[in-house]
Amino acid sequence: MGRSTHIALLRTWLESRGHAVLDTGMTRSVLAGRGIKEAKTGHTLGRLTMQLFYATDFIDRLENEMLPALRSGFVVLTDRYIFSAMARAEVRGIDSGWIRSIYSMALVPDAVFYLRISSPQQLVERVLTSGRGFDYWESGMDLSLGGDFYDSFIEYQTRMLKVFDRMSGEYGFHVLNASRSVRSVAADLRRAVMKIVDDRAVSEDNVSPLQPLREKTPPSKTPVNLVDRNKKVLP
Amino acid sequence: MISYGQHQFPGKLFVVEGTDGSGKSTQLALLHQWLKAEGYPVFFSEWNSSPLVKDTTKRAKKRHLFTPATFSLLHATDFADRTERDIIPPLKAGAIVLADRYIYTAYARDVVRGCDRGWVRDVYSFAVKPTVAFFFRAPLDVAIDRIVSGRPSLKHYEAGMDLGWSDDPEESFKIFQGRILEEYDRMVSEFGLTVIDASRSIERQQREMRMLISPHLKRRRSRSH
Repeated sequence: MGRSTHIALLRTWLESRGHAVLDTGMTRSVLAGRGIKEAKTGHTLGRLTMQLFYATDFIDRLENEMLPALRSGFVVLTDRYIFSAMARAEVRGIDSGWIRSIYSMALVPDAVFYLRISSPQQLVERVLTSGRGFDYWESGMDLSLGGDFYDSFIEYQTRMLKVFDRMSGEYGFHVLNASRSVRSVAADLRRAVMKIVDDRAVSEDNVSPLQPLREKTPPSKTPVNLVDRNKKVLP
Repeated sequence: MISYGQHQFPGKLFVVEGTDGSGKSTQLALLHQWLKAEGYPVFFSEWNSSPLVKDTTKRAKKRHLFTPATFSLLHATDFADRTERDIIPPLKAGAIVLADRYIYTAYARDVVRGCDRGWVRDVYSFAVKPTVAFFFRAPLDVAIDRIVSGRPSLKHYEAGMDLGWSDDPEESFKIFQGRILEEYDRMVSEFGLTVIDASRSIERQQREMRMLISPHLKRRRSRSH
């Protein structure tokens, strides 16, 4: 619901205040972006394969784009984070413990903004105005929810909304009512981002394992050694 | 999601593992022929062969886009597709599935590259546990000779060039394969791999394989209906 619009607005605003900004998004990796799009066209992409493709895409962007940018003091804005993949996995009946272990090296974001709409019907309006029609995957057609694209879309998005609502409590999302005007939402975003960005000192040690904000389970293993492409790994 | 060791299928999964040049692919091909001749429905799945993923993998290798973590994950993606489409359905139908390389290849390579051992096992936890997993253990120098002499040049990731051990691909490859072999040896007890001495004749190895496989096969001739 307007994610790319708001990221563009935030970016312009941050840059006008002298911040360097990187914006990145799900399925935009150099490594896997194209492959994911191609894999989706034939409608034969299995649930586990889909998840691992998303994870590959994410880790590629994390290691090659986000981490270097963060180390250099950039503000990183991302269109979707690991939570979208987690939600899609959960709705497909995939064990959430498995997903979390795959993403165990993900950074804990400084803030997650959830642009929340209250019903799938609002999403339907967007589908209609965009003229794109109902996408196979956005309609959850791989789940055989019964009925046609429309029925499937409503059922699938209803389930996704439930999962996101639950995750927003579990992971401490900033929930924004996205049914409001772009201006209202943008103002809220600016206010929240300003608090985080202006006071913060650039730190080298941003890497920490992802944990749900409610539970305090210590990581049971060390995160994957992230190899900086310019550095050599010690044998 | 059903995890490694928990799947219960009527079919049988036999996999071969080992360093390149260990002769495992030859042995698997012979086994495949024999099983077909005996009248069993047999399916074959090869490492890095998913039509949905392999072009991405090829491109990434060519352009040197991988880090250890993404190398691991993209290969896991390929493996997941083959598991979902080519391995599980035939097993559910009671067929035999043969795989050339399996998750242990990933465990060896990815760990040698620096990925956390536990993390890699977590990523692949959806895999079906093989009925029998053969590890063709060839002396390292024999295996290396076979590969190096048989090919014009070693490729970047294959030689472990991304790890910076040596500027010389052949030397890097030797170090890489040596470490992979160490990981395989560790995994013999961890996963109950069946070790085959790959320095013996092709015929002897094949006889041993068939002997180890046979107890798991349902006799075709005495099916009662």
